[in-house]
Amino acid sequence: MSDATHTLLRVEKAGPLALVVDGGRFGVRHLGVTQGGAADWISFRWANWMLGNALDAAALEVVLGGGLTLEVEQDATLALTGADLDARLDDRPLAPGAAFAVVAGQRLSFHQPRDGLRAYLAIPGGLATPVVLGSRSATPREQLGGQRGDGSPLVSGDSLEWSPRQVRARRLPFDPTQGITLRGNRLALVPGAQIGLFSGASLYRAFNATWRIDTRADRMGVRLLGPELNCRQGSMVSEGIPMGAVQVPPDGQPIVLLNDRQTIGGYPRLGALTPLAAARLAQCLPGKEVRLMATSREWALACYRRCLEAFR
Amino acid sequence: MRLQARIELTAMDVLMVRLFEAIDEANMPWIVAADSALREAFGDLLIDLVPSYTTLMLHYDCLRLSHDEALARIEAVLLHLEPADGGLGRRHEIPVWYDPSVGPELVRVAEHAGLSVEEVVQCHCGRDYHVFALGFAPGYGFMGMVEEALATPRLKTPRRRVPAGSVGIADRQTAIYPLLSPGGWNILGRTAVPLFEHARRGDPLLLPGDRVRFMPISRSEFERQGGDATPLEAAP
Repeated sequence: MSDATHTLLRVEKAGPLALVVDGGRFGVRHLGVTQGGAADWISFRWANWMLGNALDAAALEVVLGGGLTLEVEQDATLALTGADLDARLDDRPLAPGAAFAVVAGQRLSFHQPRDGLRAYLAIPGGLATPVVLGSRSATPREQLGGQRGDGSPLVSGDSLEWSPRQVRARRLPFDPTQGITLRGNRLALVPGAQIGLFSGASLYRAFNATWRIDTRADRMGVRLLGPELNCRQGSMVSEGIPMGAVQVPPDGQPIVLLNDRQTIGGYPRLGALTPLAAARLAQCLPGKEVRLMATSREWALACYRRCLEAFR
Repeated sequence: MRLQARIELTAMDVLMVRLFEAIDEANMPWIVAADSALREAFGDLLIDLVPSYTTLMLHYDCLRLSHDEALARIEAVLLHLEPADGGLGRRHEIPVWYDPSVGPELVRVAEHAGLSVEEVVQCHCGRDYHVFALGFAPGYGFMGMVEEALATPRLKTPRRRVPAGSVGIADRQTAIYPLLSPGGWNILGRTAVPLFEHARRGDPLLLPGDRVRFMPISRSEFERQGGDATPLEAAP
């Protein structure tokens, strides 16, 4: 870390989970290294966009809130997007989807999820944490990246460093309460080649049933509860797993694999969620009901391009 | 030999190149050759390429390369593919301290195989293993094939904590845990070779196509190499 960095925020109380994230770790999947990075990549990018940062600059992903309290050490402008975790600056409520000024001595806290699951807190220029294998993202299971470079989440006493700078914050070009990843319960899926291994009745159920988000949900994967899906093949030779893959283990309940997924695995798959659908799923609390919707690769790509063009 | 390769849609911007149906050491020269030829054919349009036992998963930059062009490049690679010649990757000799204190399943595997613990060690060290794939954790190489007699299924209940350097087998595969992690393999011993440190630098010791030979060493030699001899408890 260069000498020019100073402490911007000090962690007074760590909540259940707050991680340093960026766009993720790429070009290393063949080493067995997972992707990591912001799970709701769209909200994450908007936080950086508001401050004029590189869109993939390192920011904080705050999960659930749960009392995470950050003490402000220097005056700055910050941006908050994603879930409404009942955030407050001292006693003043902070709605997500806006940039706001903080002054030294104030306290920024996150309490409980009121809408969505993951909030993103961006700082001017991005968090100055160590780069490990090309990324600052913390992946705890792999002990890579994050605040100390060893994958660990934030703990009490941590200092978040920055290179001080002034920014002119921009307003979001849409109503933040209508954020695309927080609205809607349809998850678009591009069917993959293995879809042919599932019975016809299972395919009907996959795309017509309502699926409930299980409590077994984290950055590795999210289990969906609903009717049992049957596949001709129980397990297969392990092969690479893409972002958003919907795998079906022998118990017939799908698991959607997200940013911190294992790099290879051997369960048959229905296909993979689109990038937008994966971000939307990452904002779903256990108990929420979602639907799977088959889409074409072409349509998925057109939607992805539209999402990216919005940041111009 | 002509390959019966298939290219399958796997995600919006991901294709699976399927070269084989079953695990076989003879696949590896083809997988290794396809890996380097695909890397060359895609250059900086490649985001990630994940070789495994029978497949290579290719994630390309869909904003700069069309699906049709990606398919065409893969097809061109497959058309001219020749297996990598005998050399393949590197050959590693990995020193292992085999002892029930750090390898609690030595006894279970011996009972399963109807052999003595010494014979299990001899057998595990008695052949070169091929590295089929990396996965599970940074630098974790899935290797095979273990002698049929030693093939022992995974533990019914995985351990929550398997120490770094633990050497295990599951069915006919063997592997080294690069870092402390949960795991269900039968642990036979421990090595001081720092696999995770290599992986963390982006320069893993083991790569698909490499071959590995385990060499039995004593406790004092293991400790001299920097190994941590803290015992591992028997599986629950």
